[in-house]
Amino acid sequence: MTYLSNFLSRFSPNVLWAMGGIVGILVLATIIVAILKMAKPGKDFGELSMRVRTWWVMATVFCLAVTINKRISLVFIAFLSFLALKEYLSMVPTRRAHHRVLFWAYLAIPFQFLWIGLEWYGMFIIFIPVYMFFILNIRMVAIGDTEDFLRSAGTLHWGMMITVFSLGHMAYLLVLPSAGNPAGGGPALLLYLVFLTQFNDVSQYVWGKSFGKHKITPSVSPNKTWEGFLGGFATTLALAFFLAPLLTPLTRWESILAGTIISVGGFLGDVTISAIKRDLGVKDTGASLPGHGGILDRIDSLTYAAPLFFHFIYYYHY
Amino acid sequence: MSAFLRLLFFLCIIRPIIMVILGLNIRRRELLPTQGPAVLAANHNSHLDTMVLITMMPLRLLRKVRPVAAADYFLRNGLLAWFSLSIIGIIPIRRKKADGAPDSDPLEPCYQALARGDILIFFPEGTRGEPESISGFKSGICKLGKRFPEMPVIPIFMHGLGKSLPKGEGILVPHFVDVFVGEPLRYEGKSEIFKEELEARMLGLAKEGDFPAWK
Repeated sequence: MTYLSNFLSRFSPNVLWAMGGIVGILVLATIIVAILKMAKPGKDFGELSMRVRTWWVMATVFCLAVTINKRISLVFIAFLSFLALKEYLSMVPTRRAHHRVLFWAYLAIPFQFLWIGLEWYGMFIIFIPVYMFFILNIRMVAIGDTEDFLRSAGTLHWGMMITVFSLGHMAYLLVLPSAGNPAGGGPALLLYLVFLTQFNDVSQYVWGKSFGKHKITPSVSPNKTWEGFLGGFATTLALAFFLAPLLTPLTRWESILAGTIISVGGFLGDVTISAIKRDLGVKDTGASLPGHGGILDRIDSLTYAAPLFFHFIYYYHY
Repeated sequence: MSAFLRLLFFLCIIRPIIMVILGLNIRRRELLPTQGPAVLAANHNSHLDTMVLITMMPLRLLRKVRPVAAADYFLRNGLLAWFSLSIIGIIPIRRKKADGAPDSDPLEPCYQALARGDILIFFPEGTRGEPESISGFKSGICKLGKRFPEMPVIPIFMHGLGKSLPKGEGILVPHFVDVFVGEPLRYEGKSEIFKEELEARMLGLAKEGDFPAWK
């Protein structure tokens, strides 16, 4: 018992409450799926229950990884970044001649997260868009094969920005000075961002399934509707407003703005990755998460929401 | 002793590399054999192919899983020979020399292993060839089938390993690996028909992925 209380005392009480809330939502989702199964025995809910099961795994791993200890959290997000880049590079067309250029791209990940660990903001913010931008081009020039040069370079830089630079912002939230957020420091901010982004995804989906009529992006993601987008937006706004005092230093008005940024940003990130999948003719970015598809399918919204939320809160509070 | 080293090598080094650095997306894993004799007939692009196939099989079958490999390449020096034979557990076969056929059937060690109930990893293309492309099958697979007509031959298509470690490259660049397991096939009728059927299945598996050409 003392072990447990020692263990729990490492977490801020607000973060514990938030994690308790996440567990509550998952319990509710599990019960709903069980009731649906009993109510409609003929229908197949395999996909849905698989999805909920995967949510349990993802939520547990994420909550533990980002709260136990800062170093573990950074390694975890770096690993997430690695998985996302790997999925991206496995999905897009690459050239054999650029084998070693891709290796250099992967090498950027430990460096980027080292800058974050050192709390070297200036380097964190320019390393990918300036230095890696130049270095990868130079490496390609050194190989000397100019066929499809622009296409290869463009594809690679795009992947670096989305999977390393954007997602790295999740990690930088963790190293922001804890004085800036008395409610629970960096982990609380990250929990706020990730919970709202993921909840926004699910609620846009549920609102769309229930009331969806008018397509919002017919040629990119035909299942998305205005009803889903707006329903999800309203839900996320309400949650952002009520959770802000628990997890963030945001004022009331700022929390409404944060909710807007996360909901709209998340939607735009989602449809951007959808556009790429459509371009490449793939349904999912991978198959690592049963019921969800790949890692990028799950964190597509975060690729936009994370940097947008970060720079919003950084501007106002740090 | 070497059986223990072999277990340690696959458990502590190869599995983590294959599962974490690369990552497998396996379709129809349930079609893999649970006992020998059987042949896993896969396309061949990279030295990692063998490692992936061994990783996919449960550890309790590890001592039965034997990759068939060219003696002239893998036994070319003492250290490599020890590593190939004891740790990877290859069955070395002598490829035909340019100046003529060897005296006996080079697949003889394979027949013996199958008779013991081993599960062979066999690359019907004979060589790694160009990365991410399939070349025509050699006749070896037919000889194995003909000798053991009851034995299942499982076609397996892998994509991504040629990109991760192409022939002639020393640096591993992570890519997710797709592994498509096909329905088991048994030898019937004639060698040519068996070979064509197996090739057709392999191409069918390759088409499932709709992968862009890699060059």
